[in-house]
Parts: sequence; structure tokens; C-alpha cells
Amino acid sequence: MSTTTVAHHEEHHDHPTGIMRWLTTTNHKDIGTMYLTFSLVMFLVGGSMILGIRAELFKPGLQLMNPEFFNQLIGVHALIMIFAALMPAATGFANWMIPLQIGAPDMALPRLNNWGFWLLPPSAILLTLPFTLALFGIGDGALATGWTFYPPLSVQGGIGVDFAIFAVHLLGISSVMGSINIIVTLFNMRAPGMTLMKMPMFAWGWLITAFLLVATIPVLAGAVTMLLTDRHFGTHFFDAAGGGDPIMFQHLFWFFGHPEVYILLLPVWGFIPQILETFSRKPMYGYKAQVYSLWAIGALSVVVWAHHFFTAGMPVPALLYFMYSTMAISLPLAVLFFCWIRTMWNGSMSFETPMLFAVGWIILFGIGGLTGLVLADVAADAQYHNSYFVVAHFHYTLFAGGIMGIMAGVYYWLPKMTGYMYNEKLGKLHFWLTAISFNLTFIPQFFLGLAGMPRRIPDYALQFAEFNMISSIAAFVLGFSQLLFVYNIVMCARGGKKATGQVWEGARGLEWTLPSPPPYHSFTEQPIIK
Amino acid sequence: MVTQGMKNVGLGLLLSLAAIHANADYSWNFPEPVTPMALDTLHVHNKFMIITGIIFFVVLAIMIYSIIAHRKDKGFQPVADKTPSTAVEIFWTLIPFAILLLIDFVIMGIPAYHSVVMMEDTRDKATMVVKITGSQWRWQYEYLDGDAQGIKFVSNLTTTDDEMHNKAEKKEHYLLDVDNHLVLPVGEKVRVLMTATDVLHNWWVPQFGSSRVAVPGFIRETWVQVEKPGTYRGQCKELCGKGHGYMPIVVDALPMDEYKVWVAAKKEELAKAAAGSDKEWTKDDLVANGKTVYEKNCAVCHQVTGAGLPPAFPALTGSKIATSPIFGADGKYLPDSHLDRVLNGKGVMPAWKTTLNDVEIASVITYERNALGNSVGDMVQPSQVKAARQ
Repeated sequence: MSTTTVAHHEEHHDHPTGIMRWLTTTNHKDIGTMYLTFSLVMFLVGGSMILGIRAELFKPGLQLMNPEFFNQLIGVHALIMIFAALMPAATGFANWMIPLQIGAPDMALPRLNNWGFWLLPPSAILLTLPFTLALFGIGDGALATGWTFYPPLSVQGGIGVDFAIFAVHLLGISSVMGSINIIVTLFNMRAPGMTLMKMPMFAWGWLITAFLLVATIPVLAGAVTMLLTDRHFGTHFFDAAGGGDPIMFQHLFWFFGHPEVYILLLPVWGFIPQILETFSRKPMYGYKAQVYSLWAIGALSVVVWAHHFFTAGMPVPALLYFMYSTMAISLPLAVLFFCWIRTMWNGSMSFETPMLFAVGWIILFGIGGLTGLVLADVAADAQYHNSYFVVAHFHYTLFAGGIMGIMAGVYYWLPKMTGYMYNEKLGKLHFWLTAISFNLTFIPQFFLGLAGMPRRIPDYALQFAEFNMISSIAAFVLGFSQLLFVYNIVMCARGGKKATGQVWEGARGLEWTLPSPPPYHSFTEQPIIK
Repeated sequence: MVTQGMKNVGLGLLLSLAAIHANADYSWNFPEPVTPMALDTLHVHNKFMIITGIIFFVVLAIMIYSIIAHRKDKGFQPVADKTPSTAVEIFWTLIPFAILLLIDFVIMGIPAYHSVVMMEDTRDKATMVVKITGSQWRWQYEYLDGDAQGIKFVSNLTTTDDEMHNKAEKKEHYLLDVDNHLVLPVGEKVRVLMTATDVLHNWWVPQFGSSRVAVPGFIRETWVQVEKPGTYRGQCKELCGKGHGYMPIVVDALPMDEYKVWVAAKKEELAKAAAGSDKEWTKDDLVANGKTVYEKNCAVCHQVTGAGLPPAFPALTGSKIATSPIFGADGKYLPDSHLDRVLNGKGVMPAWKTTLNDVEIASVITYERNALGNSVGDMVQPSQVKAARQ
């Protein structure tokens, strides 16, 4: 028995090197690294698209692009940021950290893991290829409907819509496979003694995210497939002339789309408390309350979808139901905010870059949450809907709440992953530049929305000029600050001050018991949790 | 350092909160409300902003205190929470839960309920009905009852291409001006029926506080009751294609007596135009009139020169449809002929029969066949368009 185990062990160490290592790997850390790298690259791609938009909106008039191209950029920017930057970043962390945090040697389904990752590059190509094809006179460019694919506009659109539909299919398959892997890993591979209620918060966040993905991605896949058959095979799901209804698409889309917001945020709500307890040097407050709140938010997220289109016309009882159920999400979120701050309270805090990002994240995500509460009001939503107020709101939740959260995680775990410390000064500079320019980009957009500027317009009336100019300048600072982030990561991966296994003085959890970087097979012997 | 950044964040919000109180200056908040609904919306918005602002700053203050006081570099030792006592934990976490419960469902929830009921009550006390139809990329207005019954017109953007491309000075109402304004009487509750001919649109005048999606194939309702005479401007706010930013809304609210004068004048104007479809037109007149119609309605896709934007928007110069015969031997128009395409549309090409009158359709077809590099030489009479509609 023991000899076979040893032989098995040796065989696994015999993995290919160079490019073949990355193509064929089934190792959770290698795949995690690929997810995170892919995410970073796509973050820059999606970011440069929006800088094009902000340059166009710098002043009234058409300067750089025609309205068709403008419409393509906004939709593809959103799809890339959501599906190719934020989601893969969370999956990358899951791959890297879940086995380490629960004391497992690897993910439960390593080959599925490899396949899940390798579906991503083709879908990124599908999303961006129509831009290139248009240069050669094939088709008329990428999806120009915004990321929401609303018919009949998307039925009218060119081949860019078909490319985007297939890209979403591939991304969806990848997400569902990643989720199944995480669910199976969490249910089967926890170290002895680690009951569900002793799991790290990050694992909890991801478990709920994984269930939401498995439940809602098929609905999105169905909706875009119906769109595809409407476009090419003469069906009338979304065409009133054939007995269909364009608004039905919105119901199907947002049945996925609203949980998607929590899919992006739940993993972050998982590791932020871990960062807070590390740098507050005391255990997180209200573990149970947080777990129950995460579940409550997960459950509520699938029953509130119609608040994304209150103005599309709905019966009064439906309006009231979706308004009150949406407001109810603030109850468990208030508990989470309370626990996060209560974790900091009476701690012995120090403010390294991950902690700066985590604290800044609480404040900025708080603004996103509170404006979301206001948006739930049906009457006021008639004004906010599809205005720049909404644009500002969801960038507070998805850029501050999502991406800045991910950045906290990157700085927190980077020394563990690479074995080297990143440059703390550059990290702090990156935080301050990001936080300040982010606010200067999006606070003006709240006012633009209130003043009546609709979103997704390539040109605007003269009274909106000043705020747009401030927002554009700040957006460029925000964009270029991210190069510091990339530089810091690259330099950290190449070397520097050696990191200890513990890395942070107050860090808790199994991942910190291993050396930095951890061995190729994380835990060959399962730790026992008391 | 941390507190400094928070002050930055805080300052921004403080400014916004201060702005809410400065109701006289609407540039930091919703524009001045002129309907009961917009007024209600503004009140709801202000109330919510103050409540959420208070929550935000109280929580922020607690955080900032903790950040200043509970620091390692000040030598603060962590005070460990006592071994988790579930009862204490539940008690503390239920406090924020209860506060939010009160705010959500009582302080905010009750007024929100009344707003929704008011917003959706489109019929009580409504004295007239206006139908609004969104098309790519213009609005069409139709008065369905009362004195104004039968008035129907299309409202097009008047901002010029040169203004958009920075070749001419931008006028005061850049992108917010149209040729035909919707005219409504002051003080009357107007029931608005909303639909679309092609894709989704959304009719939004910020000062009215109402916005509703126009869905092709369905009728949606809302209402407006303008309390103050004036000119109000808005825009489409549902992405509807490349012209989404170019279909503004302009509404003139007039006192009842002036409104009645406008109705009479508009009816006379429309009657004159209708008479035009029975008269025999010369080719030159049709071409001259067609140029205006073309540049207003068609040039956005097919371009002023007729070169189009292939492949999405084909060229008209030398196009098969614009140069092949329109009428068959029996005098009826042929399928897929120029007239068929303009009347009924196909794919991205909208059907113009509901938005243009007989004279306009006859003119624009004659123009396209005898200008833009084409010289077919034939023409279409308004009477033929009228016949083709039957």
C-alpha cells in the first residue's frame, strides 16, 4: 500500500515544463495562475475600450468615433469586464486558495478544471474578433446592443450578436464547470474535523456563488439561444408579430443578471473579512451571522430580478413586490457591514495595501449599496433608470465592490503565491490613485444622471459638458494607475524580498501554515482540524 | 493617510448632500419638477438621500474613530471578543437588521407605496389621450380624442451634421431640439399611450418624472399633468441603435386658450398637406420637396450623398431597388420595388407608411430616383402612394 502511494507521488512530480506545463496542467495552482493572468489581461483590454469611450465623451460633439462603434465598445466593455475579468479573477482565487484553505491536495476534478480554463481564451477571441473582421470588410463590427442583448435591437443586429451569443455560451459552460468543481471540492475534500460551519468565509462565499451559477447560467444560455433562433430560424419568442414578447427576454436575462451581481460579489464578501481579521489581529466577528447573511442574500438574489426594468411596464402588485423584495436585500447586507466594522473595532490595526483596499472597499461598496437601496424605489427609479446615475451606482458596486475587492485579494495572497513580497510603497500609491480617481470619475456621473443625461449616448447636450470632462480626465488617471498594479505584480513574481509562510503577522487559516510559495501538491497529508 | 482619503470620499458626499438642500439650484439634483409625479419623485429622492446620507456618515464616523484609535502603531492591544456567545452575537447583529427593517418598510416603504399607486393611475381624471410612437430615430405623436383628435405628426432632430462634427457652432439646445414640438395644455391630466414600430425606445422628460418603455407590438401607459407653462426637453433612454442619442423630445406646455389656437392652426396645416396628395405634382416640385424629406429622415443611414454605410446601410446611388421599375403592367406596385420598400420596410429598413404622408413618400422616392447620382427619369405621384396604401 505504502509503496504504491510513493510511486503515485513520484509520478505526479514528473510534470512537463515550459509551455506544455501550462497547456496540459491539471494542477490547481497553475490553473489558478492562468485564470488570474487571463483576468488581468482582459481587465486591461476592457479598460482600454472604456478609455476610448471616455475620450469620445470628453467634450460635446463627435470626435473620435461614429455612434455605431461607440455602441459596440460599451457592450463589449461590459461583457469583458464581467465575464472575462471579474469572474475569472474570482475563479482564479478559488482554484488557488480553496484547496489550501480547506487542507486538500488539489481540486476534486482537475481535468474539468483545465477544460474550464481553456474555454476562456476562445470566448475572449469570439467577443473581440468582430472588431477585426470589420476592418477587413466582413460584418459590421461587434455586438452594438449593450451587454444586455435586448431584442428587437439584437435581432436586428449584425454578426457581432452571433459572436457574442456563442462567446456567452462558452463562458457559461466554463463557469458552470468551475462551479461544479468547487461544490464537489468543498463537499468532499475538507480536512478531517473541518465541518461546514468551520469553513473559511471565502469558501462559503464561493459555495453560494457556485450554486447561483449552476442555477442561473442555464437560464441565460436558454435566453440567448432563443435569441439566436429568432435571428436565424424564424422563431418569434421575442417578436410581438408572431405572438412573442420583447420584454420576456428581459425577464429571462435578469433572472440570470441579478444573481450575477452577487456571483461577482460573494467571493469578495468571503475574503474581505479574512483580510480584516488578519490586519486587525483578532478573529472576525459574527462568523455565523455572516454565513447566514450570505445565504439570505443568495436566496433573495434570485427573486428580485424585475427591478432592472421597472419602466418596461408591469402590474402594480408586481412593482410593489419587486420593490419590497429588493429593499429586503439591505437587511442581511446591513448585518454584513456591521460584522466587518465590528471586526475592525478594538483590533490592533495596521494598514498594509490589502487592508487599505479592504477598508476603502467597505466605504465605496457602501455607497454602491445605499444608492442601490434608493434605486429600488419604483417612482424614483423612473428618473434614475438608464441614466448616468445607474452607471455610477453599478460602478460603485462592480468596480469598487468587485474589482477593488479583487485587488485587496491580490495584494493579500500575492506573497503566498509567488513567495516574494510585493513593493509596499507602490501598492499604497496604487491604492490612493485608484480610490481618488475612481471617485472623481463616478461622483460626477451621479450628478449627470440626476440632471437627466441618459446612458449609452455617444454625444450629449451642452449642459452636461463640465461633469463629463471631469469624469473623463479622472477615468484616464484611473486607467493609467492600473499599470502600477501590473508592474507591481510582475516585479513580485520575478523576485524580491522573500516571504515567510505566515506572511502577515495576524493571518489565520490553513493556507498560511504552508511555506510561500506552497509545494506543488498543497497538502499531501491532510491536516486535522480540532 | 487613511483618514485623509476618507475625507476625500466624505467631502464628495457631503457636497452632494448639501446640494440636495439647495433646491433653488437644480443643477445638482433633479431638474425643476413640473408635474405632480416629478414633484413626488423629487421628494422621495431627497428623503432617501438624506436617510442614506445619515446612515453613511454615522457608519463612516464609527469606522474613522476605530481607524484612529485601534491602531497597532499606537500600541493598541486587540481586545479579543469573549468566546462566541451565540445569544450576544445574535442580539448585536439584529440591531442593524432592525434599523434597516424600519427604514426599508416604514420610513421609505410607505411613501414608496403611495408613489407607485399614483404613478400607475393613468385613467382617473384624465381629460385627453395622446399616443406616442417611437421609431428609429424619431418620435411620432397622435392626438386620439377631443378637439385635437386626428392631429398626427413626426418630430425630428434639427441639430445639423456640421454641429455634431464640430464644423459649426453648437446651438443652445444642441441635440435637444426638434422640428415639431408636442404641445400639451397646462393643468390637464393627459393619458399617454406608448408603443414603438421597430425596437424598444423610452420616452423620458426629466421634468415630468415619468418614463416608460415603448415596446413594439404592445401598448404601455403613463400620464403627465404639466402644471407650469414652458418648453421641456428630454431624450430617448433605451438604447435603440446608432441614432439613440439623436431622438430628443420637446414638449410645449401652453395655457388652455393658447393650446386651442395651436390645435386649430395645426389642423389647418394638416388639412392642407392632405389636399396635396390629390393634386398632380411636377417632377421638379417633387424632387425639391424630396430633398428635404430625404435629408431629415433617410440621410442618417443612407448618407446625404446616397453612398450609404455598407454593409449595414446600402448605397442608394445605382442601387437595384432605386433604379428598377416601381409599377407593373396592372398599375399596382411590384413587390420589392422602391415604393414597397419605403412603405413597408424590410429588416433594418423601417416601414415609413405610418410616419410619412403621401406627399412625403412620393417626393422622397422621386428624389432618390432623380438625384443622388441616379437619373431614372420617372416619378411617383402622391395619389399613387395614396392608392398603394389601400
